[in-house]
Amino acid sequence: MRTGVVVFPGANCDHDVYHVLKHVLGHDVSFLWHGDEDLAGSELVVLPGGFSYGDYLRAGALAAQSPVMRAVRRHAAEGGLVLGICNGFQILLEAGLLPGAMRRNRSLRFECREVHLRVERDDLPFTAGYEVGQVITLPIAHAEGNYEAAPEVLDEIEANAQVVFRYCGPGGELPEPAEESRWNVNGSARAIAGVVNREGTVLGMMPHPERAAEAVLGGTDGLGLFAGLAERVPLRVTG
Amino acid sequence: MSAAATTAPAGAAIKARVTVYPRREILDPQGKAIQGALAGIGFEEVEEVRAGKSYEITLGGGDRAAAEERLAAMCEKLLANTVVEDYRVEILDDDRLEEVRA
Repeated sequence: MRTGVVVFPGANCDHDVYHVLKHVLGHDVSFLWHGDEDLAGSELVVLPGGFSYGDYLRAGALAAQSPVMRAVRRHAAEGGLVLGICNGFQILLEAGLLPGAMRRNRSLRFECREVHLRVERDDLPFTAGYEVGQVITLPIAHAEGNYEAAPEVLDEIEANAQVVFRYCGPGGELPEPAEESRWNVNGSARAIAGVVNREGTVLGMMPHPERAAEAVLGGTDGLGLFAGLAERVPLRVTG
Repeated sequence: MSAAATTAPAGAAIKARVTVYPRREILDPQGKAIQGALAGIGFEEVEEVRAGKSYEITLGGGDRAAAEERLAAMCEKLLANTVVEDYRVEILDDDRLEEVRA
């Protein structure tokens, strides 16, 4: 599978994703520039973490208007795979490719730590390496990861099984009450850590799987996401 | 938004102030922290603080109605995230703008 990792000014996890895909997993991966008008044949587009455009205005708001996002919109509309991690998730929300919005963390702090996540879907290209109910541990590093959407939108994404990862306790116990428990470190509505579109092709998540893909870095729970992509990639090429 | 007739001559620059606030029904953690800080330095009477953003925008001419429409479009597309924020657009007369800045 050919993967393009978008480089926005201020991105800081672009090389991490590139490294995991290319050197750990041996995928065909290249960088795309935020000013690019096409995706160079990428089947999977990754919007990496960081502080695109310095987080000016709102996290992800300016990146969502950049030229490459027009191509990413077309790619998504054609059923192409898109993965947004951390700031990439914020960009997908600001671009309207996923429902909801991010607010400041409940703590008002930049939260940088490992969190437990419960996998809620294992039938997506992104989650083929996991099982429903599995608890994985990934790092987070963000100040605006407090997921919010109107109650009817939250009901809709639950009904469509669009929640892919949820913050949980070490044994998989869901935070109770959902928005206030210490396991839900940013206060996200219904403890949502990752959301996919209805078609199952555009995933946004706050935790960083690329930072937990080698044992030497303290964990490999993130590897399932990328390894699963290699095995289950849809056999199609987009322009 | 006010529908009052423009006081600016046609073609003159139009100045506006756009304010963006977290929506009423949404908890504003930043406003809450500021309220707590105010209480901590003796302003216990503060019942609520909503922390938002304000933009002064100058448009290069055109009529007021068109400017209001364009400014609302700017808010919808970029300046506000309407999932969690509300916005207000005010067209400012020159003296009013100075007053706002003072």
